[in-house]
Amino acid sequence: MDRTEIQATVLAELTRIAPELDPDEVAPAKPLRDQVDLDSMDWLNFLVALHERLKVDIPESEYARLGTLDQIVDYVVRHGKQFRTIT
Amino acid sequence: MIEFKLPSLGADMEEGKLVEWKIKPGDAVKRGQVIAIVDTSKAAVDIEIWQDGVVSELITQPGETVPVGTVMARIDGTAPAVAVPAQPGAAPAAVRRRVSPAARKHAQEKGVDLEKIVGTGPQGAVTVEDVEKAALVQRQAKLEKARAEAPRSSIETPKIEEKTIEAKTAAASDRALEMRKAIAAAMSRSKREIPHYYLSQPIPMQHALDWLSAENSQRPITGRLLPAVLQLKAVALTLADFSDLNGFYQNGGYHPSKQVHVGVAISLRQGGLVAPAIHDVAELPLDDLMKALADLVRRARAGSLRSSEMSDPTITVSNLGEGGVEAVFPIIYPPQVAIVGFGTLAPRPWVTPDGGLRAMPTVVASLGADHRVSDGHRGALFLAALGQRLQEPETL
Repeated sequence: MDRTEIQATVLAELTRIAPELDPDEVAPAKPLRDQVDLDSMDWLNFLVALHERLKVDIPESEYARLGTLDQIVDYVVRHGKQFRTIT
Repeated sequence: MIEFKLPSLGADMEEGKLVEWKIKPGDAVKRGQVIAIVDTSKAAVDIEIWQDGVVSELITQPGETVPVGTVMARIDGTAPAVAVPAQPGAAPAAVRRRVSPAARKHAQEKGVDLEKIVGTGPQGAVTVEDVEKAALVQRQAKLEKARAEAPRSSIETPKIEEKTIEAKTAAASDRALEMRKAIAAAMSRSKREIPHYYLSQPIPMQHALDWLSAENSQRPITGRLLPAVLQLKAVALTLADFSDLNGFYQNGGYHPSKQVHVGVAISLRQGGLVAPAIHDVAELPLDDLMKALADLVRRARAGSLRSSEMSDPTITVSNLGEGGVEAVFPIIYPPQVAIVGFGTLAPRPWVTPDGGLRAMPTVVASLGADHRVSDGHRGALFLAALGQRLQEPETL
């Protein structure tokens, strides 16, 4: 799975949590919570979904560093278990 | 003969539209059984019955809209036929589990083993609710197992039944309007009838958050707890000493409630809000409370709540912490007599006992309470006790 596919998957899960979101409208470098109405329950559900789809377990201590779509995708690329074999 | 009337699922409900009967004449019904689905301005709600009996007549037709209090069905309330010993003189039946027929059917449908369920009904009878709970636990276990075994499979989102989706699309805009009207009615009544007083108090949350981080770092992502869960549990436990904040003001008098069913204000994505109850919060371990909260939020947003959840919160908690506001000045949801608000959990300047100054994560807890039932002094004691509770997260 390459970066584009990961980004598409992340966006797909995000739109499931927030159906009103148009994925094409998301600015990847801008804070996500400014663009989508996500409360902490939504956020947790979103991370659980990423955990399922992309085998990535995001600890709470990382939340603060995952503000934008780019940051989330980067994190998945670096930490998703199926990508580890690359390095 | 019992007249089954359309119950009021909250002070703001005036009428409901029968979507579907789950029973037919001649059926035996049990206390707690879901007998109909009724569309209200807020959601399609599973309506439960609170007496045992046999259905004798269905009066309201599916599709009909009727006011609250309308007799929708007649139930023959004489005790349903109990298992009678086959012959006189036969050995007394061995003590057997009491399981309502509905619960038995339900268990069969859900594939739940009745023997493993602890009944909470009269004389330990297994009720539909018990089966529901067992099914939920079983489903969670299955899900977790499935996740562990097949991590590639997409997350299993609970399926919203088709009829709900259809009903939702057709009625979405109507519902938004109806919901606005319903909220307006309830809040107008509250402001007209209830002499509110408001109090607020900042609560230091350092210890609770440290405890929560440590706890969550050892949990799988699927088992993480949110601070909101600590707040809900702390409110419920604190209420044990404040019967004047937990109950209903009805028919000119106050009726405290022994149980603590905490209504959780949940905002809906399409606008509006509902405040259904989580039952017996004080007795739920944090894990179960987290699951119950997640489940309630999901069902509230999918529009599938149960009548008991809609009608029986004994107090409400409104958490507006996500929006960045410092404090909430909450309006009581009649006929309740109190509502607790929580603002944003954020670092704020804090004077330490030795006179120093530091940044401290704090949350401003607030209380809106009914002056017909309690006074500010009591409310202040409640907030202080709540603050104290949150200093001892390990006891929650």
